[in-house]
Amino acid sequence: MTPGHLRAERVGVAVADRDLVRDAVLDLTPGEVVALTGPNGAGKSTLLRTFYRARRPTSGRVLLDGEDIWRMSGRRLARRLAAVVQEPPGEFELSGYEVVAMGRSPYKKAFQGDDDGDRRIIMDALDALGVTALAQAPFDRLSGGEKQRVLIARALAQQTGTLVLDEPTNHLDLRHQLDVLRLVRGLGVTAVIALHDLNLAAAFCDRICVMHAGQVVADGPPAQVLTPALLAEVYEVTADVHAHPRTGVPQISVHPDQEGPS
Amino acid sequence: MTALAAAVPRLPYALVLTLLAALVLAAATAGIAAGSVPLAAGEVWGILAHRAVPALVDPTWPPVRETIVLDVRAPRVLLCGVAGAALSVCGMALQALVRNPLADPMLLGVSSGASVGAVLVLVLNLTVFGAFSLPLAAFIGALGALTLVYVLARSGGRMTTVRLILAGVATAEVLSAIAGYLIVTSGDPRKTESAMRWMLGGFGGTSWDLVPIPAAAVLLGTVALLGVSRPLDLLLAGEEAAASLGLNVHRFRACLFVLVALMVGAVVAVSGAIGFVGLMLPHIVRLLTGAGHRRALPAAALLGAAFLIAADLAARTVIAPEEIPVGILTALAGGPFFLWLMRRKAAS
Repeated sequence: MTPGHLRAERVGVAVADRDLVRDAVLDLTPGEVVALTGPNGAGKSTLLRTFYRARRPTSGRVLLDGEDIWRMSGRRLARRLAAVVQEPPGEFELSGYEVVAMGRSPYKKAFQGDDDGDRRIIMDALDALGVTALAQAPFDRLSGGEKQRVLIARALAQQTGTLVLDEPTNHLDLRHQLDVLRLVRGLGVTAVIALHDLNLAAAFCDRICVMHAGQVVADGPPAQVLTPALLAEVYEVTADVHAHPRTGVPQISVHPDQEGPS
Repeated sequence: MTALAAAVPRLPYALVLTLLAALVLAAATAGIAAGSVPLAAGEVWGILAHRAVPALVDPTWPPVRETIVLDVRAPRVLLCGVAGAALSVCGMALQALVRNPLADPMLLGVSSGASVGAVLVLVLNLTVFGAFSLPLAAFIGALGALTLVYVLARSGGRMTTVRLILAGVATAEVLSAIAGYLIVTSGDPRKTESAMRWMLGGFGGTSWDLVPIPAAAVLLGTVALLGVSRPLDLLLAGEEAAASLGLNVHRFRACLFVLVALMVGAVVAVSGAIGFVGLMLPHIVRLLTGAGHRRALPAAALLGAAFLIAADLAARTVIAPEEIPVGILTALAGGPFFLWLMRRKAAS
């Protein structure tokens, strides 16, 4: 599980002449945790999709440790990079354990079952997310937050050095949001996390990368990126930025009664 | 948090398989024993054992019974088992493929496509590929129908249940109409009878020469599906997740299309289109074994075999000496099941 070096080189995704993502550049040095943020429809999920081979970029390249991920096999990538994606729920009764066990498939050949080592990895992943009790429960009947944690456990079971997480804190209550981000932080892996909550992003990530209308418009340490000017331009809100009284990381207070600066 | 997401109590897997295998044996014994000349179960096994190892059992039965068992009923029961296993396993694979528990070879038009292919061969008397002409044409028809429904049901990368069912039902209707038209306008003197067979499914007049091709196709196909049980599981997780777990979704799906069409084509070429087997049985199997395909597929094959052997037995005994097309019975059982499943889904 050596942390990977993930790099997007001028990645563009165009659909029917519309640019969803344009010339996106992102560089994650091994072990770095980066938040990807921006308004709805800014292209965050689309950019992340090009990282886990769900969408081929129409221009540019995505490199993992210098290798073009679209030139390696899907299985090879899945042993080095795992993703937690947003997806409509299924209608089949897989158990929590079975969902996490999918994380072992990149290591398996046809007809090969899980061995004791796999079972230990799966149980450890369930344990790390505090969902051991859900191992035998039908996945479809879990709450949104429980599902999310099981899916993160699946990514852990892939034992990769790089993680791509699309809104991993969705559906989670406050405590579990903190738990998940603390866990990812503590793994020592390279991670790119799409996050809407800028205060969480500032608290847990080394860098914040802001996307707007398909382009990366800011990228740097939280204190540099989170400024009233940027929030006004990208999110069209008026906000104050101040230091957290205990940790000193920048935190945002949005002014509630306003139409946005125009 | 859902405090209660309790584990579903399940029988041990080995026990499930053993019970299902016993069910297949029981259905097969009954299927061979029953008929215009009823036989005792012991006699059935005696005759089969005598044929396998002549020294094992002394023949105490009249030779005509041996003929009935070995030449008339055994191939029919075997073919029913093969067809039932195929439809059930293919239903399960299709459900993973379109990620929807309402998929079934008949509902998605695959069986009707195969019927059109098979009927075309019969009507036009095409024998270019010898014994393989019929199954080959059925395979092409099945693959064409499956591809058509898939393309129709998908829009913007998403496939909704409603679109899938509508596209499947419409395609199935049009294709069975075409098959019906071809039969009625053909010079076939037994039009009505053969139309019934192709549209409603049936195993009347099965002889040994019909068995090898579907049996081989289904055996190989099922083994192949077992080999890809992990990728099938990944499809249940959704397209994006499957891609992130290393599966080439498009290529895998295309291969699965061909495999399912091959199996359904091989079966429909000899039995006609039989509905709802592929819908009901995978669902029952998942309750017994869970949705993981490694465990569910073998159970689906066994249950499918037992079910269709029993259904065929009923089809030829309920109003004996007349026979009901077996597809009528599976539809009688399957239609209500489908509605129940749909309503249950809507409620959840």
